Amino acid sequence: MSERPPSRLRNLPAKALGRFSRRIQAGKRLGLGQQLLVQLFLLVIAFSAIYPVLWILSLSLDPRDILRPTELRLIPQGASIQAYREVFIQPTPNPVSWTELAINSLRLSLGTALASVIVGVFAAYAFSRLRFAGRPALMIMVLTVLMLPAIATLPALFVLLNKVQVSVGGADFNLRNSLWGVGLAVLSTLLPFAIWNLKGYLDTIPRELEEAALIDGCTQNQAFFRVTLPLAVPVLAVTGFLGFMSTWSEFAISWQFLTDPKNFTLTMALFNMVGQYAGNTSWSKFAAMAIMIALPVSIIYLYLQKYIVSGLTLGGVKG
Amino acid sequence: MADRKGMGAFQSVAGGKPLAKKVNPYLYLVPAFLVMGVITFYPMGYQVWMSLTNFGIKNLRFDAPLPDWVGLANYIKILTTNLGLSNFSFWRMLGFNLFWTFSNVIIHVILGIVIAVVLNTQGVWFKRVYRALYILPIIIPQIIVANIFRNMFDPDYGAINQGMAMIGQLFGLSPDIFHIRWIDQIDYPIAAIPLTLSYFALLITNVWLGWPFMTIVATGALQSIPKELYEAAEIDGASGLQRLRAITLPLLRPAMVPAAVYGMVVTFNLFTLIYFLSGGGPIRRTEILLTSAFRLVNEQRLYGVAAAFSMFIFLVLLGLTLLTNRIARATESYDV
Repeated sequence: MSERPPSRLRNLPAKALGRFSRRIQAGKRLGLGQQLLVQLFLLVIAFSAIYPVLWILSLSLDPRDILRPTELRLIPQGASIQAYREVFIQPTPNPVSWTELAINSLRLSLGTALASVIVGVFAAYAFSRLRFAGRPALMIMVLTVLMLPAIATLPALFVLLNKVQVSVGGADFNLRNSLWGVGLAVLSTLLPFAIWNLKGYLDTIPRELEEAALIDGCTQNQAFFRVTLPLAVPVLAVTGFLGFMSTWSEFAISWQFLTDPKNFTLTMALFNMVGQYAGNTSWSKFAAMAIMIALPVSIIYLYLQKYIVSGLTLGGVKG
Repeated sequence: MADRKGMGAFQSVAGGKPLAKKVNPYLYLVPAFLVMGVITFYPMGYQVWMSLTNFGIKNLRFDAPLPDWVGLANYIKILTTNLGLSNFSFWRMLGFNLFWTFSNVIIHVILGIVIAVVLNTQGVWFKRVYRALYILPIIIPQIIVANIFRNMFDPDYGAINQGMAMIGQLFGLSPDIFHIRWIDQIDYPIAAIPLTLSYFALLITNVWLGWPFMTIVATGALQSIPKELYEAAEIDGASGLQRLRAITLPLLRPAMVPAAVYGMVVTFNLFTLIYFLSGGGPIRRTEILLTSAFRLVNEQRLYGVAAAFSMFIFLVLLGLTLLTNRIARATESYDV
């Protein structure tokens, strides 16, 4: 399933998200005893949710440069960012810096996310607004592909992309062994997701706006480009980001396709640091690497999540 | 000017659809279906053909000869556990995969509802803080979570064993008994149940990952239940437990069923977590269909067999989707 966008939020009705962050009041108060009991329960849950994050954070700050932690300690004494510095310069034995890996990941994620949204939005619009013969059959085709995880078509994609080999001036180019090939394979699962996700969102944009534009003399195409598309920008951003995040943490396809360390992505480097041959990678370096992969997308996610909530609950006239 | 345009639009509506309007919808579909045709539908068709051949490394080069046609041999080999790979049983893996899916989703849903109900009790302090913290498992990429937990389950240095040893010492227990080999112990912890410790490690991790989503869905549903229902029940003398059973749970159902269905499909395909946490081990006991399919391509390089294996995945997923759709539709009438 590498990867349907990892978000477990994507199929969520906007209402649910909005209400999650809204306070409810009214009713009678809890007694102190009950209150403490509830607090204890919620604290235990909160602790278990935070603990792995704190642990990895404390590992990454460990100054002792030892292979493995020998005791549980949340704030290591004399914390240092040495591990981050080392990971930044060269995370794995391969002569590739973190920046190079990140640029590969970024190019791949940005490229596939943009392509999926740009190509997908037209089809999503057709499925959401237009009536035409064969619509159900075509929708089922998209849904079928959506259901199928990337790994289930990996054998064919690997073999087919591997056939595209050209030799230009002595330099061999194999589409399979390049970020372009990985991008195409990733796009094959990202695109149906984008179509489906965008269709769901477009369904919530009030149809009346478009109808008004049509009555005022717009053509269908103008209604799409001038009315619906501008309204859908936040939705495009959110869908694009979900695709971005899924490619950012994609592993199986790139691991299967790429052999040149210069093309490696961040997750591949992470696997090199934890795999069976990585016995001498210190955990503090691994921890620093994990944080340096997760932090950028997690922060954007957190930011966009608010955006999804306010954007969709305030602006939505149910359509 | 504007008037004439307006008239034009009305006229074309009145006069039935012109040809351009009929063609237009398909123009919108062309880009996506062109791309999918090349990188999705063609490979899928090609894969059906591959599954009927003995496609291997020797056929990989672009100028290599075509592989031999073997008919359904790959399929039969998979179903009869005849691939010559140790501990590679399709049926056991399928069974494990289904059990893995259901056991996870049941726990996610129950835990999600319990936490949502507690968190939504009136007058609980620090609700906002808790909600902010509870979102953590969702926003961290799964591949990172899997790796963090892999380290936490390390027998010698992992946080889980060290933490249990610390607590055990308070009760005078020797730290040695907490040297638990979570990932690679082959013996079943409970002899009667054929589940390895690595299954439980995976379960713990995936519960950590999965409940916040269910809590969010349940919270949304809880807050749309009219307060009047509870007030009326209270006047009628219903106890807290009775109110939970008669009001809360039935009204949560329309929201939780689709969420559970979605959770099932995600959990069934949870490649990243299993590949990175247990690696399907020990001796393939926690392998799911997707991790096995990946190994067939990545390690065994039996492309023909992998293609056939993927066809089975496709069939199983199709069945699962149809089944869960039926479950979802059966409860649709609940949605008022």
